[in-house]
Order: sequence, then structure tokens, then C-alpha cells
Amino acid sequence: MKLSHTLALTLPLASGWAMAADLSVTFQLPKMKVAEYHKPYVAIWIEKADGGVASTLAVLYDVKKKDEGGEKWLKDLRTWWRKAGRDLDMPIDGVSGATKAVGSHSMEFANATGDLPAGKYKLVVEASREAGGRELVRLPFTLPAKGKLAAKAAGKEELGAVSIAIQ
Amino acid sequence: MHQFVKKTVLALALASVSFGASAHRGWMLPSTTFVEKEEAWVTIDGAVSEGLFDFDHVPLRMENVTVTDPGGATAAAPGAVQGKLRTTLDLRLPRDGTYRIALVSENVVGSYQLGGETRRVRGTPASVAKDIPAAATELQTSTTHSRMETFVSANKLSRDALKPSGKGLELVPVTHPNDLRAGEPARLRFQLDGKPLANFPFSLVPGGVKYRGTIGEIRLVTDASGEASFTLPAPNRYWLSARFPVEQDKGPGEPGARRYAYSATLEVLPE
Repeated sequence: MKLSHTLALTLPLASGWAMAADLSVTFQLPKMKVAEYHKPYVAIWIEKADGGVASTLAVLYDVKKKDEGGEKWLKDLRTWWRKAGRDLDMPIDGVSGATKAVGSHSMEFANATGDLPAGKYKLVVEASREAGGRELVRLPFTLPAKGKLAAKAAGKEELGAVSIAIQ
Repeated sequence: MHQFVKKTVLALALASVSFGASAHRGWMLPSTTFVEKEEAWVTIDGAVSEGLFDFDHVPLRMENVTVTDPGGATAAAPGAVQGKLRTTLDLRLPRDGTYRIALVSENVVGSYQLGGETRRVRGTPASVAKDIPAAATELQTSTTHSRMETFVSANKLSRDALKPSGKGLELVPVTHPNDLRAGEPARLRFQLDGKPLANFPFSLVPGGVKYRGTIGEIRLVTDASGEASFTLPAPNRYWLSARFPVEQDKGPGEPGARRYAYSATLEVLPE
């Protein structure tokens, strides 16, 4: 269990191995006392000022399920699904990853902001839990990010603290 | 006692005139407006009710429901099952895209003279034409054209089913009716016999009046080009309604009058 968790954390890094991470996202999945708990599906993406998706950074779901069965519930990440997911062919190398357990998780992304034109953006984390709720947390940022940018926010139910750092 | 009854009746009569909200409404409510499944089905409930989207009065007669498929072809959709309080129609959506479910009717009421006697007639334009004897004189009729709709999509959104017929009072969705999101701008157009209706009022009532006690009616008006832009405050099922002419009394219209009514059930989702 512990092993696969560590493995999942390193997976998104694999594709940008040679490059330094310019964006790191930390998000917390709160502990819940509920009758039926499933680890949430999580999507992390960069949203443009017009609401469109600039790029999907991570989609964490049941990637191991037989016959890509986990993809069936990706549409429950409704906002991401509507804006990007429906048109994507999953799984995507370096984007698809396994679900994460309760706790705080950090993910680093290489060259996530470098190719984006200057302007206003939002980092969005969306979590959706089977037999549970769905929540989005948005963190606004502006590019180019002068020096080191950091921002944080928090969800109310499905997500705890969310923070980003851009360098 | 008598006085009391009289007063009550008067109060009730006044209430029904001044508050359109307490009137009975007819509606069709799809189980969902966007199905993402390989084998897509929806169930449409139809009723005429006091409370919006509650089954509390009588079932809607749905024998004449038509379905326009994503290719734009319109066909009858038989098989509605009428219950005591509602009618139910199960609908398979064999093609991906948007479907329009519509209940269109044209009703004529009128009178004529035959042998010194006044006779009344009501029905569809065709049945009324048949019912009136050739010897009838002083024929007077008024016609009401009504259209009740809802929209559902399977796996993707498309627009061919949304094209208006050009007959009667119609909604032309500029923003796709199955892509309405709370907090996002939406745009709708109204037209009468194919012509845009400028400065035309319509209203939206969110479902669940019973649980909040207030109607929460949203009143909107089209602009000079017949379009209205607005932002819906909250996710819900909304009952949209409009009529033309805007000011009209209850009961049969003036002889020769043509009236139009339009209503639709729209689902507004969270982002």
C-alpha cells in the first residue's frame, strides 16, 4: 500500500524527468466519517481567463481497473469533464494517475506554465467521490509569475487546503 | 355563513387572476437532460399540477408527443402510459446528440347559428371544420396554438433538433438548452411565426416551490432583436413560460382571435 502510494507520487514526474518542475500543487483530501468512503477522483488543470482549459495536469482515478473501467466515472469530475475530459483519450501518459488516500499530497509539474502566454489563469483542483460530493477549488495566478509565486485556498467538504507554488 | 362563502369565492377568484403562480401548469419533466451512456434512455413525466414538478393534480395527455431526433427528423412518440397523477413516456435515444420532445396543439373554440339556434363548437382546426354544417351562419371562432417542450441530449450536444418550425410562438435557444449552467451567461430568442419578438416578456420558475414557499419567478424581456441574455442564479429544473398576446384574459378569446402559448422545462446544472 505504502509502496504504490509513493509510486503514484513519482509517476507525474516521469515525463518531465529532465526538466525542473516549475509548478507544484499541494492538496489535502480530508478524513471523513461517512458510512461509505471511496477515494475521490481528482482532476487538476490550468484554466484560462475565459473559463476554458489551458492544460490538464493530472487526473487521478482508478487507472488499474480492468478494461479501463475506471474511466466510466471520470465524467463525475463534471467541470473538468465538460471542459476537457470528454474530448480527451484517456489514459494520458504523465497525466493519468492512481487515486490518493486521505492526507496531504504534493505533485510537481515540469514546464506547466512555461509555454502559456502572459495573462490571468486559475489552477483548479476538482475532487469527486463516489457516493459523496464534488468540489472545486480555484487558485488565481498571473503569468509571467515574477519570482516565486505562491497561493493557497481551501475547500469545504471534499477538499482541504490547496496551495500552489510557481517558480 | 353565506357572506363568508361569497367572500372566499371572490378572494379565490381574485387570487387566480392576480397570481399566475397559483394556476395549474402543464409540464414535461425528463429524468435527466444529458445522458452519457452507450444505451441512452430517458423517462419523461408529464403532469398538470399546482406545485411545480409535483404530481398533485392530473396527468398530462401525451398521446400526441413528438420527438425530433439529432438528424432533425420529427416523428410521433407513442407509448406514453397515463397514470392517475402523471403520464410517463420512456424514450430510447438511439443516436448521439440532442432531441427535442414537444407537445404541440391547436385548439379552436367557436359558435355558429343554425336554424335560429346558437351552437358551440370546439376541437382541432380539422375536427371543427368537419363539425360545422354547410348551412351554418355567423360562424365565429378563436384559436389557441400551444407548444410545450423539453430537450435531452445523449453523449453530445447537437443543434439540428433545435431549429424552429416557423409556426406559432417558439423558443430559439442561442445557448444550447442542455448546456445551461448556474452563474454562466445564457441567451434565448423568441419568435412568432418565424419573426423575432422584440421586448417580449417571459418568465422562469425554478422547481421545488413547495420546499421554499416562495415562487421565485424570474421575469425577463427580450431586446430589440428578440433575444434575452441572463444569468441563472442556481442549479434547478426551470419552467419557462410565455404567451402572445402578452395581455389576455382567461377563457375563450375574442372571435377571430389567435393566441399562442409556449412553455418548456429546462435543466440548469452546476458548473
